[in-house]
Amino acid sequence: MNQLRRPIEFVKDRLGFETLIKPLDHNAPPETTEGKSQWAYIFGFGILFSFLLQITTGIVLATNYVPSPESAYESVEFITYEVRFGDTIRAMHWIGASAMVILVLIHAMRVFLTASYKYPREFNWISGVVLLYLTFGMALSGQLLRWDQDGVWTVMVAANFAGRVPFVGEHIAQFVLAGETVSGSTLTQTYALHVFILPIAMVLLIGLHLFLVTYHGISELPKAGKPVNPETYKQEYEEYVEKHQRPYWPQGIWNELFFGGLVVTIIVSLAFFLGPRDLAASPDLTDLDSQPQPDWFIVWYYALISIKPHGYEEVFLVYLPLGFFLFLLILPLIAGKGERHPSKRPFAILGLSVVAGLFIMLTVVGLRAPWVPDYETEPLQAEQLGTQDERILEGARVFHERGCQYCHQVHREGGEWGPDLTEVSTRMGSEQIAVRIVQGIGNMPAYQDILTTEEVDLLVEFLNEVDELGPRADE
Amino acid sequence: MTSKPSMLYRISGGRFGRPPAKPETGCPGGCGCARAVAGGSGIQQTTTRRNFLRRNFLGFVGVGMAGFAATLAGIPIIGALFSTPARSEQIWHVVGEVDDFPVDETVKVEFVDVEAVPWSGPAARNAAWLRRTDEESFIAFSVYCTHVGCPVSWRAGASLFICPCHGGVFDREGEVVAGPPQSPLVRLDVRVQDGDVQILASPVPVTGERPS
Repeated sequence: MNQLRRPIEFVKDRLGFETLIKPLDHNAPPETTEGKSQWAYIFGFGILFSFLLQITTGIVLATNYVPSPESAYESVEFITYEVRFGDTIRAMHWIGASAMVILVLIHAMRVFLTASYKYPREFNWISGVVLLYLTFGMALSGQLLRWDQDGVWTVMVAANFAGRVPFVGEHIAQFVLAGETVSGSTLTQTYALHVFILPIAMVLLIGLHLFLVTYHGISELPKAGKPVNPETYKQEYEEYVEKHQRPYWPQGIWNELFFGGLVVTIIVSLAFFLGPRDLAASPDLTDLDSQPQPDWFIVWYYALISIKPHGYEEVFLVYLPLGFFLFLLILPLIAGKGERHPSKRPFAILGLSVVAGLFIMLTVVGLRAPWVPDYETEPLQAEQLGTQDERILEGARVFHERGCQYCHQVHREGGEWGPDLTEVSTRMGSEQIAVRIVQGIGNMPAYQDILTTEEVDLLVEFLNEVDELGPRADE
Repeated sequence: MTSKPSMLYRISGGRFGRPPAKPETGCPGGCGCARAVAGGSGIQQTTTRRNFLRRNFLGFVGVGMAGFAATLAGIPIIGALFSTPARSEQIWHVVGEVDDFPVDETVKVEFVDVEAVPWSGPAARNAAWLRRTDEESFIAFSVYCTHVGCPVSWRAGASLFICPCHGGVFDREGEVVAGPPQSPLVRLDVRVQDGDVQILASPVPVTGERPS
């Protein structure tokens, strides 16, 4: 035993181990290190571990990635199909990024829920908010680096958003594109952002964030009726942790290490079984039939700007996100003291529920994206409709060819943006249907100048009868 | 087991900040106490003041030099980082001969971007929608949806431009007929010269900023 202890003691002494871990060696509120409530304090470590994993897998990817618009796509293909474990590494980077986004959001929600951003931890929160946005910045720029059809259009859309910012929009847009269009420098600049600038900023801010956590101590669980008073808070906190004598090191850290390990295990396992995000087609800005798909963490926003009420463009595209960003940043400065317990902050909790609910709802809607026209839809055939009536079949053909079917379903065939028209004859008469087609309404374009009178008649006949007919599959 | 360092120590900045100041024996007045101790000695008094001034001066020199160096290094760094290429001149791109285009048909035309560099690869190529309206006149549209810039696709059957991202729809004249966009598709200048159809394309009409 002594034989083993000696080298350990040697290393500990020469490394100054006691001093090295000193920032961890302090008393913490007992509820953060034991009991059920300690599990509310683990998410930061999950983020830290997934961040370290991102750096590692990112470095591995960088050994083969070529940040040139000519070759980037092929080098990603090379990584995916040729490099040993390359597809797994790509998957780890992709799923790790997703995990980081999810964990950062959960972490922020927990801190908001317990109002841990209040005095004296204002800068813990502010640095965390900046880290949240940097995480999203990493996710967005990473999407571009795939340099497939989705990635290329992502930057185009991003530039268009930036272009809407008042006064400086055009300059930001030009910065995002590194020029006036997606060009030679767009990819290299984004590469530098994703690989150097943003990660360095994150490492520095994570350092500050962790320093502040140890400096101010982990926030205790809030108690209802015990508001934060800057006059007495530090004194009370200190008396509280001294009374319980629960050192953070090492008792308080085991479950966080456990959780961090669990996060990495899940990421690697999922990566192994699910594989990386499929590459879209090779980038081609002249392929105008492409339907760019944003990555999932931004889909909620796509949904928001699709289903928002008509008009109010600038509000939804610029002022709302910008306002939300600023609100989060200055939150501890406008609500730095007072009650922390959720039961005493009904409006804060209501606000959080609304934002979280909207995020999930919009993400679900956005992933279905019913507003995307269905170009792939096939015309209904005679055998499906179970009829040989020439005019009905002609109507079905017009319904498909003139694009009605991009947005309207009949018998489960077609897009989902407009109402399902299978049973339209039970809701509207022939006259009404004809007027609706010719004049349009809301998001339905007027087909007056597009369709001939004969075609309108065919469509009306088809829609009147289609309810009675049916796809063979239903019989 | 030794007891953990107290929070008081920590709050006073003990762990990360300076160690707690040594109590100055019999001299609570800080700087002023030098004078008190010195009593009538004018020499010591001036020495102290000179020390004070020198410390401050050296501090200014140090901070000033570091600041100067940072600015000096920063100018080229920030300058290069935010350099955008000189506003590229718009160039007339030949996209085909007049007779290549049937009247009243909207077709896609491709051209090489003005900002292209030898390593641009696929990013060098751009497209536009072009329709011949009669024997001699053409009308051309930017392919970027005026909502957030996705590519609009011409669906000949429906005779509409449809954007796949958020369901924006434009008619053959580029006017909005459905969905979230609020302004018509951006028109590009077209001319016919020596039997060639030429398009003057600005690279990306950043939404809302650049009326045609």
